[in-house]
Amino acid sequence: MTAFSLARFWAMLGKEWLEMRRDRGTVMLTMLLPIIQLFLFGYAINTNPHHLPTGLIAADPSRYERGIIQALTNTDYFNVRRYANEATMDEALRRGVIMFALKIPPDFARAVDRGESPDVLMEVDATDPTAVGAATAALEAIVPGAITRDLPVRLRFPPPPAFRITIHDRYNPGQVTALNIVPGLIGTILTFSTLVFMAMAITRERETGTMETLLAMPVTPIEVMLGKIVPYIGLGYAQATLILLVAYFIFDVPIAGSLPLLVLCLGVFIACNLALGFTFSSLARTQMQAQQLAQFVLLPSLLLSGFLFPFAGMPRWARIIGEGLPLTHIVRICRGVLLKGNGLRDVTPDLWPMALFALLVGVVAVRTYRTTLD
Amino acid sequence: MNAPLAIDVTGLSKQFGAMRVVDGLNLAVPRGQICGFLGGNGSGKTTTMRLLCGLLTPDAGGGTCLGRDIRRDAVRLRREIGYMTQRFGLYADLTVAENLLFVARMYALPTPEARVADMLARVGLHDRARQLAAELSGGWKQRLSLAACMLHTPKLLLLDEPTAGVDAKARREFWDQIVDMAADGMTVLVSTHYMDEAERCDRIVYMASGRLIVQGQAHELVARSGLSAYEASGPGLTGLVRRARGMAGVESATIIGGALRAVGTDEALLAAAAAGLAAPGVIWRPSPPRLDDVFLHLLRNEAPSP
Ligand SMILES: Nc1ncnc2c1ncn2[C@@H]1O[C@H](COP(=O)(O)OP(=O)(O)O)[C@@H](O)[C@H]1O
Ligand SMILES: [Mg+2]
Repeated sequence: MTAFSLARFWAMLGKEWLEMRRDRGTVMLTMLLPIIQLFLFGYAINTNPHHLPTGLIAADPSRYERGIIQALTNTDYFNVRRYANEATMDEALRRGVIMFALKIPPDFARAVDRGESPDVLMEVDATDPTAVGAATAALEAIVPGAITRDLPVRLRFPPPPAFRITIHDRYNPGQVTALNIVPGLIGTILTFSTLVFMAMAITRERETGTMETLLAMPVTPIEVMLGKIVPYIGLGYAQATLILLVAYFIFDVPIAGSLPLLVLCLGVFIACNLALGFTFSSLARTQMQAQQLAQFVLLPSLLLSGFLFPFAGMPRWARIIGEGLPLTHIVRICRGVLLKGNGLRDVTPDLWPMALFALLVGVVAVRTYRTTLD
Repeated sequence: MNAPLAIDVTGLSKQFGAMRVVDGLNLAVPRGQICGFLGGNGSGKTTTMRLLCGLLTPDAGGGTCLGRDIRRDAVRLRREIGYMTQRFGLYADLTVAENLLFVARMYALPTPEARVADMLARVGLHDRARQLAAELSGGWKQRLSLAACMLHTPKLLLLDEPTAGVDAKARREFWDQIVDMAADGMTVLVSTHYMDEAERCDRIVYMASGRLIVQGQAHELVARSGLSAYEASGPGLTGLVRRARGMAGVESATIIGGALRAVGTDEALLAAAAAGLAAPGVIWRPSPPRLDDVFLHLLRNEAPSP
């Protein structure tokens, strides 16, 4: 036997080629996944997001307000909307509806006119430092000069700062990236384990031939489904607990909100993944296919959920897709509960879409499960 | 439910895509019989068994097993049927005992542990109770599968090629067990490609291209086949066999056990052929047709399987 035979090498290549050609699905997916990836990275992801939702409250009406709003808008970083009172604006910031909250104090106009350079408070949701970084920098550079032309003539030259902006980073005062990533990671890791494992649970039985024996026994679909799902719920919670412990003790992630609330939300999230995984498991013929179906959810979830890249920076279509993914909501809930101390009312806008998802996909899962081999 | 027939289906049909795998099958098996299910590969035996225990839904036709409708009563039927799949269908990563215990609990048997211990002793798997199913040899795997589908003492047993790839001794022991169970009143439908196994059945059903071709007792099938056979012994048979195959009246000619065996449907033509194949030292004798002649004849004369 020679060490290397070209003929044998060709035979090997030929056989691999034949096998690859037979497995059209896999080849198509390996072509399709990078395309999706390219589009998502190319069009959806933006680490320097603009048009961030910004709230504004002015204690007294003043002639400088319009100039400030105009200046903020001109930076392209801020989309300003007015709030009537501080409580609603605070809530909006906590829930992530707005990322900046500007508070113009009472007597602002008079203080400016007297040349006292009054302070304006800009509260920043610093949960995700990358999302707000560039906007915050723009804020400091541009805004104080904005109202110069509205100033009384005597104050224009030499121009002292007409007012000062005090920036107050909320929720993640040190702008530590880990504080943003680690809570987001909880949902991501759970997706990997529960969705992917579940997707293979039924397919494995079908591939190894045990499904036929199982179906020939007097077992009902609900028994099989629950029997398959419950261990993974346990596994999911065990994982979540572990991540939380590491997050708290090693990464100093605070637990500002209620743990039971988080446990409840994680349960709903796990249900979403298991329902989806079970559906994939019923649809796929092989474990390989099941895994690839799971990939189709994993990839957009990672990129569009706001876990790695700021949600606010994505175009509308990407945000619509993102809102349909359970990971998007659990990432927000984890960050909200752990960092911002969000309560049940704050997380409801993210909780019900997950519950709806679990319910709808759960129905599909039950429908696609077959009690025969047809 | 005490219908006299354990299996009673008519017009049973199942199609996959454009292929009619089971095509208007009528099958009646009396209670307590061992019914051998024969037919070439792809003739539809496995599909028929799956239809009988409700794992597949028939496109047309129907009927009863143990007096229960196979379409509407499939769930209750599963408690009374034991089905041993053609492919090993238990969990490779569980031990023998764990597998059986799982099955016993699936059937909600009253004392699963005792039942399993009982069954382990009965099929001789006692010493291997803690062995992983994956590590069992072919013969033991089959025994485990048989044990699993008998745990709930079914009234009807469907065995799909239970002894394929198993050595002769294990096959013999396996069949002793099946016969033993049938004596207790259990009905067995068992598919096989082995003649010695077919001969142990109370009745044989032969299937081709999804249809039932013949059925009856082994000796009836032989008698009804209308086949004749001649056997030659002597020197130079290997040369003779090639000539024999070309002769009119010889449907098959082959050397078995040191003798040249020629089989045909026309006794007179076959006798003439034997006379024409005379050679020095070669002696031709008529021989009674056998069951394997019948099946080879049936296999040869059916449409090529898809
Ligand atoms: N689920 C299925 N889908 C498509 N074709 C099938 C399926 N099951 C069986 N067949 C085809 O039906 C034919 C009969 O199969 P089967 O019942 O397994 O025959 P047997 O058990 O007698 O060998 C075969 O040609 C097989 O390829
Ligand atoms: Mg078969």
